[in-house]
Amino acid sequence: MSRSGSKAKSQHPKRPLWPDLKRDRYLYLLALPGILFFVIFKYIPITNLIIGFQDYSPYLGITGSPWVGFEHFTRFFSNPDFWMLLRNTMGISILNLIFFFPAPIILALMMNEVRNQIAKRTVQSLIYIPHFLSWVLIYGLTYLMFSQSEGLFNKLLTAMNKDTIDILSNPKLFWGLLTVQSIWKEVGWGTIIFLAAIAGVDPQQYEAALIDGAGRFRRMWHITLPAMRNVIIILFILRLGTIMDTGFEQVYLMMNAAVTEVAEVFDTYVYRVGIRQGEFSYSTAIGLFKSIVGVILVVSANKAAKRFGEESLY
Amino acid sequence: MIMQLNTSWKDRLFNVANLGLLILLSLAMVFPIYYTIVLSFTDSTEYYTRDLILWPHHWSLDAYKYLLGTGSFVNSLSVSVFLATVGTALSLLVTGGLSYAISCRRLRFRKSMMFMILLTFLFTPGLVPLYMVVRNLGLIDSIWSLILPSLTSGWYVLLMKGFFDSIPDSLDEAARIDGCTEISVFWRIIIPLSLPAIVAFGLFFAVGYWNTYFSGIMFINQQSKWPLQVLLQNMLVDPTTMGGGTQSVSMQMNRQLPTETLKMAAVVIATIPIMLVYPFLQKHFATGAMVGSVKE
Repeated sequence: MSRSGSKAKSQHPKRPLWPDLKRDRYLYLLALPGILFFVIFKYIPITNLIIGFQDYSPYLGITGSPWVGFEHFTRFFSNPDFWMLLRNTMGISILNLIFFFPAPIILALMMNEVRNQIAKRTVQSLIYIPHFLSWVLIYGLTYLMFSQSEGLFNKLLTAMNKDTIDILSNPKLFWGLLTVQSIWKEVGWGTIIFLAAIAGVDPQQYEAALIDGAGRFRRMWHITLPAMRNVIIILFILRLGTIMDTGFEQVYLMMNAAVTEVAEVFDTYVYRVGIRQGEFSYSTAIGLFKSIVGVILVVSANKAAKRFGEESLY
Repeated sequence: MIMQLNTSWKDRLFNVANLGLLILLSLAMVFPIYYTIVLSFTDSTEYYTRDLILWPHHWSLDAYKYLLGTGSFVNSLSVSVFLATVGTALSLLVTGGLSYAISCRRLRFRKSMMFMILLTFLFTPGLVPLYMVVRNLGLIDSIWSLILPSLTSGWYVLLMKGFFDSIPDSLDEAARIDGCTEISVFWRIIIPLSLPAIVAFGLFFAVGYWNTYFSGIMFINQQSKWPLQVLLQNMLVDPTTMGGGTQSVSMQMNRQLPTETLKMAAVVIATIPIMLVYPFLQKHFATGAMVGSVKE
């Protein structure tokens, strides 16, 4: 912070500070609540990370609690739970990367091929809707569709004289169910940015390709996809950076006793152990571990992309 | 857009298949919502006697009447309405103020502020450290714990800054030459020009507050202060906590109405505001989602 602050100052070395501050006092006043927000809810929590190295007790406070060094970390890494959490988190994330990530790209390509504007707009309006529903509502809808007793799917199976399937508490289906839910909720919304990228393509390119005899798939491959390329890469990097995040609400809501083994992820574990059971220090250490891995992932993914981008220039 | 004089049968087949798939997909998006609405209006005896209900023979408002007469439900509804109105107003104020300030190039410490916001993208300290802050502020079990920690985010501030950046500086200068003060430039030039963005962001915030769940289970223990989504989750997962959680009420309820239609009615009530703002959202959200994101 101080580094960029001094940089800003060195840009206008001759201007005194005070008249500038006075001139822009209303602007600072406008910015103040926002700055306070970031300090209180984003930066003060960072100082609270100290308790990950303590045996924090709310009665003693941060200043009075005894130091334990890396004890919580070693306890966590030697806990079999760690491997379960890592497996589940990565499993869900990788499934998302394989199926959820390309879904809006494919959908945008499909929508781009629709010539009837009314049909296109109708489809667009409908597929955006789920994005605005909460995960609780989506849990409700999933229950209504797939629960063994009340689900439409199983009612149809019964009507066809087949055995019902318990989808919601089957550990084998759990990750897949999450992926399907994510796609259902966000696929339409995800197309916005890709469609915007496609809209930037000069129509003449398509016409030229058409005259050159390029078929529909060739035009898609050589014109439309390259137009989306930058967006795809940026979004992919962002996703790689959040591979340790699985979305607390979705997993927490879908979790039940039968699927805990495959459902417990870092986020839900920290909530359960930290907030519910009150093991503040231990779960802070876990959260810190997760955050550090996240930072490493973002930074290295970004580096990789830069290298990739440079190469692709030639 | 594209001149295609000779459409081959292959092309036509592709068009039909493509559009067909998209329509199927749209139906998959809408059908669960439709089915929920239908069930919530289905008469209780019909619900028990018929297996598959895609369209009720007997419509009934009983589930809605029951829910809206239930104290805890109305309570949570009002908590969520409060969040969606007061929270949205505060979020717009905080986000708009900060992003407008950092969009002014002459502002001292502008870069430090930007850096401070950008850093929060990279590193999130996690759940417990935030919980400690909220607790130390004495906000546990206060409705403000559902608003203050989620007032804004670096993402929203930068998006909105991108929008303010698109307002030409010359406008601002011209107004000043005409004798406008700082405040009147803001009120008479900036605010009217950014109305589309304000509406778009306002709707985003409102949907966010309406969908508040996580903060609810983190910070609120008293059932009387639960936001709607938390109550809903409790209803959906465990029907015995319905209707104020008292055993007598839920038993009484179970005799009167199938819990399923009640659940679905609750889902519908929680969805209605979103469906109501959706047409407005439609107009603005694409702009809102794209605002500023194209540049970087």
